[in-house]
Amino acid sequence: MFKSWLRNTTIATVLALTPLPSFAQDTPQQGGDIIVTYKDDIATLDPAIGYDWVNWSMIKSLYSRLMDYEPGTANLIPSLAETFGVSDDGLTYTFKLRKGVKFTNGREVVASDVKYSIERAVNPKTQGPGAGFFGSIKGYEDVTGGKTTTLEGIAAPDDSTVIFHLSRPDATFLHVLAINFASVVPNEAVEAAGGDFGKKPVGSGTFVLKDWTIGQHLVFERNPDYFVKDMPYIDKFTVEVGQEPLVALLRLQKGEVDIAGDGIPPAKFLEIKNSADGPKMIVDGEQLQTGYITLNTKVKPLDNLKVRQALNMAINKDRITRILNGRATAANQPLPPLMPGYDKSFTGYAYDVEKAKALLAEAGFPTGFETVLYSTNTDPQPRIAQAIQQDLAAVGVKAEVRALAQANVIAAGGTEGEAPMIWSGGMAWIADFPDPSNFYGPILGCSGAVAGGWNWSWYCNQDIDKRAVAADSMSDPAKVAERSATWGKIFTDIMADAPWIPLINERRVVAKSLRMGGADNIYIDPTRVINYDAIYVKQ
Amino acid sequence: MALLVLRRLVQTALILLGVAAITFLLLYALPADPARMIAGRSATAQTVANIRRELGLDQPLLVQFWAYLQGIVHGDLGRSYAQKTDVGSLIAARIPATLVLMAAGILVEVLLGLTFGIIAALRRGGAVDRVVMMASFVGVSAPQFVVALLLLYVFAVTLGWFPMSGFGTPAHVVLPAATLGILGAGWYARMVRSAMIDVLNQDYVRTARAKGLSSARIILRHALPNAMLPIIAMIGIDIGQFMGGVVVVEAVYGWPGIGQLAWQAIQQVDIPIIMGVTLVSALAIVLGNLVADIIAPLIDPRIRAR
Repeated sequence: MFKSWLRNTTIATVLALTPLPSFAQDTPQQGGDIIVTYKDDIATLDPAIGYDWVNWSMIKSLYSRLMDYEPGTANLIPSLAETFGVSDDGLTYTFKLRKGVKFTNGREVVASDVKYSIERAVNPKTQGPGAGFFGSIKGYEDVTGGKTTTLEGIAAPDDSTVIFHLSRPDATFLHVLAINFASVVPNEAVEAAGGDFGKKPVGSGTFVLKDWTIGQHLVFERNPDYFVKDMPYIDKFTVEVGQEPLVALLRLQKGEVDIAGDGIPPAKFLEIKNSADGPKMIVDGEQLQTGYITLNTKVKPLDNLKVRQALNMAINKDRITRILNGRATAANQPLPPLMPGYDKSFTGYAYDVEKAKALLAEAGFPTGFETVLYSTNTDPQPRIAQAIQQDLAAVGVKAEVRALAQANVIAAGGTEGEAPMIWSGGMAWIADFPDPSNFYGPILGCSGAVAGGWNWSWYCNQDIDKRAVAADSMSDPAKVAERSATWGKIFTDIMADAPWIPLINERRVVAKSLRMGGADNIYIDPTRVINYDAIYVKQ
Repeated sequence: MALLVLRRLVQTALILLGVAAITFLLLYALPADPARMIAGRSATAQTVANIRRELGLDQPLLVQFWAYLQGIVHGDLGRSYAQKTDVGSLIAARIPATLVLMAAGILVEVLLGLTFGIIAALRRGGAVDRVVMMASFVGVSAPQFVVALLLLYVFAVTLGWFPMSGFGTPAHVVLPAATLGILGAGWYARMVRSAMIDVLNQDYVRTARAKGLSSARIILRHALPNAMLPIIAMIGIDIGQFMGGVVVVEAVYGWPGIGQLAWQAIQQVDIPIIMGVTLVSALAIVLGNLVADIIAPLIDPRIRAR
């Protein structure tokens, strides 16, 4: 019945991973206290609520989930689950939990905790952003509709077995069980916190929150009972908040700080890079991110395919990567290069001013037209918007740049007929999980082309939507490669309709002190940014 | 005096109500939806609608405002949208650092301002006067960011005399307070200078001189108290301003004041926090001025007589 494949080898996998080639010279060591800085305060550590890139990695380390990823990669591995199996029709997932795993309050983690935690994330009362990820679980609508608080599709027949029944095949389901919203929390601790669980978190992850002085610092200590032996490596990390990135960098250079979480301000980048120890302090890595300009298919004249194609040829993407000091590469399709399904052979629309002008003339706009380009108002986004504006002017399109606060841009994008073009910088799509489908539904699918949605092109191609549903039904693990290719083709076919100008894939930059060890992909982990479980201090 | 305090308290309540109403209307009239900011990108329309309902944002504006006012009357500033925590406790956690920086900043301002203002007044028209006035002009026009980074670079990074960032020991407060002091002292120096010049020309000062009093005694005992009135009023205003948060200085020195809280809340459209900080800061401005009004007649009996 079940196509079961045992993976008792989680520990072996994790350990086998550690001697990654790029840091083969030093081996991870146990011990060490480090200091990490961020500019923004930590909003919450409640896994059902936290959804920004700073708390994302802390929540990852405070809690555990049925599934997780090998550090630094997008490879799924069972975590709280010991083994799992998927039924042939892809509608039933059965998990066997590891025995003897304890919450940091001392109680053993049992199957009903998994059920409770996901139901809590879906329950509207929680006000969590992640409910929609669990949409394929049977009974989802009844919970979000307020009819009940229990998900019919999750069963916990005994303490170590969890069974999920889905209402439709969902090839991303294992990824869904690895995202933060699926973190397992103890009911009694949530209730004891009285609505303040985000400040008093209890989980079963690699670290425990020891102290939180609001507006100043958070102290995380290793969980001595964590179920993977010898994980994590560091004993303690202190997160200091409210730290201006420039000052954090000065402190890092003086040795007061180990990781400057906000990276390096653009103005300082070259100076650091060219300093003696600079290259060893800069971690510069690809992430699952694409920056794009949306072309609103419901606004004239962008409803004309030729116009959208012409604009795709009008932008000098290399110039924009130069504005970012080379911390980005030009993009030609919605998927970023690291994402399964990315099509290396695809060339997209090459930069060609003459061809763009010819296409515009063909479309009936020989002298161009006037339009509006929205952008967020924090550096360097307005500068990038201006570069786009100049490129558009070169083909006769006069775009007024409207640089607004992020919330206002999001509101404009989600209002039908409002924003002709939006530069996504500062709010660009970063994958929730490393699966190509994550780049479709909300930002390019019909379901996102609604008031308040994130499909700011208002692009809705029913045929593509059907193909997307079909691709997401391919939940047979043996067909992973085939499914990725199917998705890749969907995205390159979307480019024929040109709802976006895919602009750049921006890299993330983190600054670390010389004593910090670990490969670059541990500091810019594709699924969690900084992987606090895997970083270590060189002795 | 009791009547003054009573009248001011009634005024305070009315001002706060006005501030609350205007801020509330402005925030909710903005084309930005808090529910969508919380829901993030992957949320379905239904998730957004659910969040909006749970926050009460689907209610008519007046109903929401009435509920907010009821909360305030009971000392409840509401819950942060993003942090899901009591706004009162978030603000309370920031108050100590805000008060310390306010007090230290005003102390530096007043000390620098009085010293240089008096010197300039005594050397009126001379080179010293011109240098002081020029310096005060530079001080009041310098961007906070530049002065803060300059002090940080010289005294923390290069000389290492003070910590670069944080809160806790007296050493931590020196640079942020010095930044505020240097930036604000110019206003005080100019004010003290003109008030002193005014007073020094008065008959009673001439009488005091004729009596043969030492010039130190004339300045400190006879002239300065009369020149202090506008300074007291300015301190009242500064109390309010600093209680509203000094965003840039707090950011550069990692100072956990109320300004950082407000700045982050504005970016997240976390309306309950923005409302809370605005009200606290409005309250501080009103109280600061009230204190100034109470102190003024103690220094200058002529006001009491009026």
